[in-house]
Amino acid sequence: MARAGDRLSPAELSRNFADLPTPLTVDETLLEASRCLFCFDAPCTRACPTHIDVPKFIRQILHQNTLGAAKTILESNIFGGSCARACPTEVLCEGACVDHVLMKAPVQIGRLQRSACDATTGVRFFEPGPPTGKRVAVIGSGPAGLSCAHELRKRGHEVVVFEARDVPGGLNTLGIAAYKISTEFALSEVDLVRQMGIELLLNQRKSGAEIKSMLSDYDAVFLGIGLGSTAPLGIEGEDASGVWEALDFIFQTHTKAFSDCEVGRHVLIIGAGNTAIDVATAAHRLGAGQVTIVYRRGEEAMPAFSYEYELAKGDAVRFEWYAQPVRVVEHDGVARGIEFVRTALDDPASRSSQLRAVAGSNFVLEADMIVKALGQEPLLDLLAALPGLQVKGGKVVVDPATGATGVAKLFAGGDCLSKGGEIVDAVQDGKVAAWGIDAMINHA
Amino acid sequence: MPDLSIEFCGVKAPNPFWLASGPPTNSEYQVRRAFDAGWGGAVWKTIAHEPIVNVSSRYGGVDYDRRKLMGLNNIELITDRTLDTNLKEVARVKKAYPEHALFVSLMVESTREAWHDITKQTQDAGADGVELNFGCPHGMSERGMGSAVGQVPDYACMITEWVKEVATIPVMVKLTPNITDPVAIGRAAVQGGADAISLINTLNSIMAVDLDTLAPKPSVRGDGSHGGYCGPAVKPIALNMVASVAGDSQIRVPISGIGGIQAWQDAVEFLLLGANSVQVCTAVMHYGFRIVEHLKSGLEGWMSEKGFSTIRDVVGRSLPRIKTWGDLDLNYKVIAEIDERKCIHCGLCYIACEDGCHQSIKWDRVPMSDYLASNGADAQAFRSGGMEVFPGAGGDVVNVFTVKEEICVGCNMCSLVCPVEECITMKEVETGKPPMSWNAYQALLSAGKTEKIEPPEHV
Repeated sequence: MARAGDRLSPAELSRNFADLPTPLTVDETLLEASRCLFCFDAPCTRACPTHIDVPKFIRQILHQNTLGAAKTILESNIFGGSCARACPTEVLCEGACVDHVLMKAPVQIGRLQRSACDATTGVRFFEPGPPTGKRVAVIGSGPAGLSCAHELRKRGHEVVVFEARDVPGGLNTLGIAAYKISTEFALSEVDLVRQMGIELLLNQRKSGAEIKSMLSDYDAVFLGIGLGSTAPLGIEGEDASGVWEALDFIFQTHTKAFSDCEVGRHVLIIGAGNTAIDVATAAHRLGAGQVTIVYRRGEEAMPAFSYEYELAKGDAVRFEWYAQPVRVVEHDGVARGIEFVRTALDDPASRSSQLRAVAGSNFVLEADMIVKALGQEPLLDLLAALPGLQVKGGKVVVDPATGATGVAKLFAGGDCLSKGGEIVDAVQDGKVAAWGIDAMINHA
Repeated sequence: MPDLSIEFCGVKAPNPFWLASGPPTNSEYQVRRAFDAGWGGAVWKTIAHEPIVNVSSRYGGVDYDRRKLMGLNNIELITDRTLDTNLKEVARVKKAYPEHALFVSLMVESTREAWHDITKQTQDAGADGVELNFGCPHGMSERGMGSAVGQVPDYACMITEWVKEVATIPVMVKLTPNITDPVAIGRAAVQGGADAISLINTLNSIMAVDLDTLAPKPSVRGDGSHGGYCGPAVKPIALNMVASVAGDSQIRVPISGIGGIQAWQDAVEFLLLGANSVQVCTAVMHYGFRIVEHLKSGLEGWMSEKGFSTIRDVVGRSLPRIKTWGDLDLNYKVIAEIDERKCIHCGLCYIACEDGCHQSIKWDRVPMSDYLASNGADAQAFRSGGMEVFPGAGGDVVNVFTVKEEICVGCNMCSLVCPVEECITMKEVETGKPPMSWNAYQALLSAGKTEKIEPPEHV
């Protein structure tokens, strides 16, 4: 497989992975802030899963109280800087913005949030609460786990975070397109939590049994384990060389120099969710000659948000609709393409409409790199080792008000609840669980 | 096409838009550019026998949430050029632009000889008129000039008399707003023989304090001084003062209205309240002479639409409607009406009414599904990634605001804060009562012919 560095110079690669959207200048920031109407009981705040007081922080920016603005953001969401970069704001705060109606364009809340957070990098806003002598184990250092840890430290509880990988931050550090969140920035956000005095242990993959025993060693355990590997295509030739999992492809852009990242000349991506777009745009930026996203349904049913779709189109990504993979075409164990069959369905807008293969419609798309972006699968084995834990459709079931599972002292949040949500949802889950744990501990 | 030309105390001008005495009328170069751009007249920046010395820096601005220069102040003084230079340039401009009105602002020490001399020299140079600067609140006032004269009716009258003793051209007196009632000074000026009055000069002000250095702004090596405040923010103050002078029965001279004019509507308002011409300075300092084009075009368009053919038809039209509070009708009532189809759910009307006014707007958090059921056609939804997004909603609820008509006092506040054109309007409601002013009410009360008006129940 070719390296990006064989095609593009380091300067080209670094330009390709420059921040998107670009940070606002000081003038842009102030002018954009002045657009905010300062709504009462603001729709943007209600639409934000972490309920950041958006009008408040924008007014703080407008009146040049940047520290205050950042504190407003981080009080509700310690990953405010990441969310500013990677949130699908078009369907959250900005989607709710009343300027959508008034001006046909919402206030750029995400970019303003980034301005405030970036301007205060390194400032310490929060202090741990007085020690309670209680200890909580957090499994997973993704946004759910660290947000939970942060809230727990504010309340004075001791926290030990166990991270399976050798890098902290979970998908926030490794799994988001590098032009949205740089590794360096993601790690700086981990430090915001670390400076609250948590113990963060790397290379600590825990089994279900180990987690079970932690329940007796700790006052509470928070499960922020996320999900496992990408769902298989279930077709012939899937193990051929050149077939990648989406997250592995993204991970390399965070763990290697861009020039060392592997990328095909013809990249075929199976699936049309937001991760598929991240892969496609990253492949394009790494110098792939042709990038094609293949989806078994049509444009109307694609799970990717409009912003992402437009981004991919802008990167000259091709879209092949109504095509289902039948087998990987391989030669000597090396993938050469995929054979597809056309699909037909009754309701093109529905994501659950029954698919029918159109007989005799098979065709092959050539590719030297195939990326499976079908969503991750739950860690069912681990979950099964926790007796009494309720799992429905691969999702861990919790009380939404407290994050408590059916197992005593065990709380959960993040992607293991949602089977793949946004960073901001994970952050909120972590907060809710921390409050739930705190309430449980205080009433024990 | 309406006729914009005016005759102002005998001086003709192609339109009522004049430049006020100030930095834009400092030199021949600028006044030529102004007349070429289309200004109808100009008042030359205040001249004196000896040039003054200025400081650096001189101006300070007030921005309002990123809109620049809602207000401007200055600690600049009158001309820093010689009398000879100024008068030669005045003569050349007047010769080159005979159709335009050219007044010259004067300020000298308070002696009869000084005023006689400068008046004669100015009229010899060919000026159409003089404007006596009794207004500047900074610098010169400490030397007994400017507003130091304009704040004392006897001085204003006396100096006007001196000037009139020698003047062969119209004498306009410029009033300061830094006084309780400009009418007193206006009357004094007229008593002294003034042919016209212009107002307002700048308001005394300290612009700001730099929060890093703790120095006042504008700052001269870390120190500051009070200066003259002008710009759009002062317009309402100027309108009130113009109306009070124009409406005074003892002041029957033409008025040149000044203060915060930047849009054509501002100028029309001055005319409607009794100004015969208007003067502009700050807006030109901000945007240049070119703004006269839209001032003229806006005025022309409005006059055509309203059927006014001359400026004279417009002047003072609204003046009879300025009354004392006691003459206003207590039995007239308006209440707010919110057009739900235009509402963007920002809640600004609600919180303004609830916290600052009269608690007359009801706030309901309506579940999205209920809202769509009743307003489906108007909901501006869009789809992305299979999600339906409703701007103005959030957390699956929509805030709906309705006026509590029975307690709304008709204060206007909600309609003033609403960012949507024509979304909140004030509609008249029939009270079934004949008009009755406070004054009439007092008379009826003392005659025992009416009941006392009780406070509303909800307060």
